[in-house]
Amino acid sequence: MQKLLCGIAGFALALLGAGAANAQSSVKIGMINEYSGQFADTGAQIDHGVTLWMKQHGDTVAGKKIELVRKDTGGIAPDTAKRLAQEAIVRDHADILGAFSLTPNALAAADVSAQAKKFMVVMNAATSIITEKSPYIARTSSTTPQLNYTLGQWAAKNGIKTVYTMVSDYGPGIDAEVWFQKGFKDNGGQVVGSVRFPVANPDFSSFIQAAKDKNPDAIYIWIPGGAQPAAVGKALAERGIDTKKTKILGQDALASETALKSMGDIALGIISVSDYDYNHQSPMNQAFVKAYNDEFHRNPDFFSIGGYDGAHLIYAALEKTGGKADGDSLIAAAKGMSWESPRGPIMIDPQTRDIVQTVYIRRVEKVGNELRNVEFASFPNVKDPAHGAKK
Amino acid sequence: MTSDTLVAAAPAVPAAPHEFLHAQARWHWAEIAFWLATLLPFVLTPDYLALASQVAITALFALSLDLILGFSGIVSLGHAAYFGVGAYTAGLISVWGWGESLTGLVAAGLAAGIVGYITSFVIARFRHLALIMITLGFCLLLQEAANDANWLTGGFNGLQGVHTWKLLGTFEFDLYGYTAYAYALAALFLIFLLARRIIHSPFGLALRGIRENGARMPAIGAPTHSHIRTIYTIAAIIAGIAGAILTQTTETVSLEALGFQRSADVLVMLIVGGTGRLYGGLIGAAVYMVARDQFSGLNPQFWYFWIGLLLIAIVMFLPNGILGGLTSIAAYIKAKWAKAP
Amino acid sequence: MLPALGVLFDGVAYGMLLFLMSVGLSVTLGMMNFVNLAHCSFAMLGGYVTVTLMNAAGWPFLATLPAAFVAGAAASVLLEHIFFSRFYNSNELNQCLLTIGIVFVSIAGAAYIYGTDQQPMQLPAYLQGSFNVGGVDLAIYRLFLIVVAALITAVLMATLESTRFGAQVRAAVNNQRMARGLGIDVDRLFAFTFALGGGLAGLGGGLAIPMLGLDPSFALTYLIYVLIVVAVGGLGSIAGSFVAAMLLGVADMAGKYYVPALGSVLIYLVMLVMIMWRPTGLFGRR
Repeated sequence: MQKLLCGIAGFALALLGAGAANAQSSVKIGMINEYSGQFADTGAQIDHGVTLWMKQHGDTVAGKKIELVRKDTGGIAPDTAKRLAQEAIVRDHADILGAFSLTPNALAAADVSAQAKKFMVVMNAATSIITEKSPYIARTSSTTPQLNYTLGQWAAKNGIKTVYTMVSDYGPGIDAEVWFQKGFKDNGGQVVGSVRFPVANPDFSSFIQAAKDKNPDAIYIWIPGGAQPAAVGKALAERGIDTKKTKILGQDALASETALKSMGDIALGIISVSDYDYNHQSPMNQAFVKAYNDEFHRNPDFFSIGGYDGAHLIYAALEKTGGKADGDSLIAAAKGMSWESPRGPIMIDPQTRDIVQTVYIRRVEKVGNELRNVEFASFPNVKDPAHGAKK
Repeated sequence: MTSDTLVAAAPAVPAAPHEFLHAQARWHWAEIAFWLATLLPFVLTPDYLALASQVAITALFALSLDLILGFSGIVSLGHAAYFGVGAYTAGLISVWGWGESLTGLVAAGLAAGIVGYITSFVIARFRHLALIMITLGFCLLLQEAANDANWLTGGFNGLQGVHTWKLLGTFEFDLYGYTAYAYALAALFLIFLLARRIIHSPFGLALRGIRENGARMPAIGAPTHSHIRTIYTIAAIIAGIAGAILTQTTETVSLEALGFQRSADVLVMLIVGGTGRLYGGLIGAAVYMVARDQFSGLNPQFWYFWIGLLLIAIVMFLPNGILGGLTSIAAYIKAKWAKAP
Repeated sequence: MLPALGVLFDGVAYGMLLFLMSVGLSVTLGMMNFVNLAHCSFAMLGGYVTVTLMNAAGWPFLATLPAAFVAGAAASVLLEHIFFSRFYNSNELNQCLLTIGIVFVSIAGAAYIYGTDQQPMQLPAYLQGSFNVGGVDLAIYRLFLIVVAALITAVLMATLESTRFGAQVRAAVNNQRMARGLGIDVDRLFAFTFALGGGLAGLGGGLAIPMLGLDPSFALTYLIYVLIVVAVGGLGSIAGSFVAAMLLGVADMAGKYYVPALGSVLIYLVMLVMIMWRPTGLFGRR
């Protein structure tokens, strides 16, 4: 049986070998992404963003053909992600690693990027330390501190004196809690209570009740996407929270398109922070949304824009190096790059290689017959506050 | 019906217990061929060494589950608990400054063994669905505890700062995975020899008796509970070692090392390969992981579908797992040869 | 005191939902000893049927529920006929593997047809919001859940206690061989019970969407909770599943309100304690 398997593997290798003959004139991007499992939707949106860019700008840059090699991690699996990154480089001769939706996977693959000296573009994972793990990483999405510190700051300066925070009890949620509270407290606000609920929590009524008991000006809720936003909305309605009296604050996933559809009118008034929404009013974004809809029959979201700008960065860096795809040239080219994206102006910070962008505060309002996130405040050139800061 | 290992059939009427055991313990040519074949990836498919090393680690984990499930009848849905304890122990030792691999393995095995020993007191008292749920519950609890203790374990992001020193002071863990595979394979082989020795001993026979009819064994003088505790602890140690090797070769460890998904996956692999045959776990791990890798490469979004079909097909056509099917074929061929003049 | 009543109410509603999803598995496991890990796939199917009928065909929510029941029942009958009936006498591990294979196929199928994101669903207006009764906010939807589940439980218990069919089921669960010996057609009984269980799971799936959401991984995510209810309640016992589901639902809610740091750990702790105290479940027979 082992022999048969090795035989099959050898045969597959031979097939791949035939493909690798063209390695000189092509640049391969190993997309270490989630195509199946719980996070498959996020992975799909990132992939769509990249393929849309490639469709719009052709698949050749500086004389090199760009190819995507898709690898599925299946979910949170750092050992698999690391192996897939290794295989992308060793087996498929990838020059660039991309996608990376989940922090544990990104952190594991960062080691490979550092060891093999390959350019790595993080298109979603939002934990600050990722870019510090390898000198070849650049990020085109956002970081949790970047968004939540800004929200906390805004809240404290805009009439919200007391807040009750509730977050999912895992890395990104805890990150969000720490930085929101920091932004809030640094600007004079008072945190009257906080709770961390289990990650797979389906029911929020007890937690919302506990928050209501403390009677804060605002309730800050951080949850990942999925089924939870709808459940939160229901709990808010059932516990009788009046969103005009008690403001609901959160990050993008709380008010994503699917979340709003599931929550219905309960969601009116929710204030959230994000780097991108398909409702952003700019000609470039409107064109982007139309193109995305034509191709994929759905609206883009903050995952899609991470992929789209990630592809933009790879193309721009390759143009600048004239097609040289080694890690040192590409990262040197990427540092300091700035451009206008459908989300607004963005830049890759030359010191931290992390993203610097405009952060938007939005409110859920009825636009025509639909619920949309309408931007009403924005903060340009926000850097990630965690790099170099002591937590 | 007792299962036999991939070994020449014992004589129809065993002359004496010791001779029976000796006959069972002889090395079959197929076994030698198998172990030689495990060396092939170095030469034939060096691009797949990273996958090969993870197959070897999972095979070791599946072997430890076979000792309790296949040979002793203890169905566990939470065996990843010990894998995870071993993985985190090796990781933490490395983070605290000591990155030597072999001593890390010993420490991890010890830690997992202690946890296994303590839990074995509970395990030995239950059977059937209650046992399954207790093992599951314990593993889920441990995972939650590890998430809560994120000051120690790194929580969701995983443990950062794990760095393994050069193996035996000379071999760097390279990008291709030569060192990783050699390390994992060596550990697998050595521990396999140990497991084989255990199974082909009177203790091993007693375990099989317990599996077949646990109530009857004390009547012939076998201390059931104590045997179960022993094999459970041994299985925990081996699982812990497998976890440690994963941490050391990938320099990363996170909560999913303790997860339900990992426990369920290894159970599926063992059933696919064939329980109670020592090689079942190894073959099941190889088949399942390579199939998953290939399906995933061909069709990243829907490989679940093909794997599901594969599982259904195996259950329908190979009810005793792949090894069961192979031994049936071998027996059939032998019978045909015996008939021919 | 008042918030505690609210939490209790929510816990009971959650428990009712778990009960609907688990009762089928408990009875089929108890009667035929068939480990059907694909049980939550029936629930997921019911959920998708509900969502499709509501969003694509414009059916009102209440009308989709019987359809979800029928879908679950039909799928059970089909699978039972094609696959499961061959494995009644097989060993449990093979049954596990078969049903896990089916779960994987169902997840991939759902992902292919519906995509991987959450299915949005809007409850009709009369089921949204809450009553305020003496200072406690009681969600209307949860009230609805409790009423529906209580009705179904009453019907099930009545059937079990007062009809001939119910007596046959009880006999087959108690001692299959004896029941066959008395001339009871256990196989037909089992097919019928299996269909009923699958139908209830489908109904549970449809009802669960507003509370638990729906995406392709539903079939695996809630399997653990269903197994816990079945194990704690005892195989083959409807009353057992009911009590176990209540216990777990309330424990989960209360734990999250009073000791959030324990989080989902409480449900596992309760399970461990219950199983160690009563290994065959609260009302189990084996």
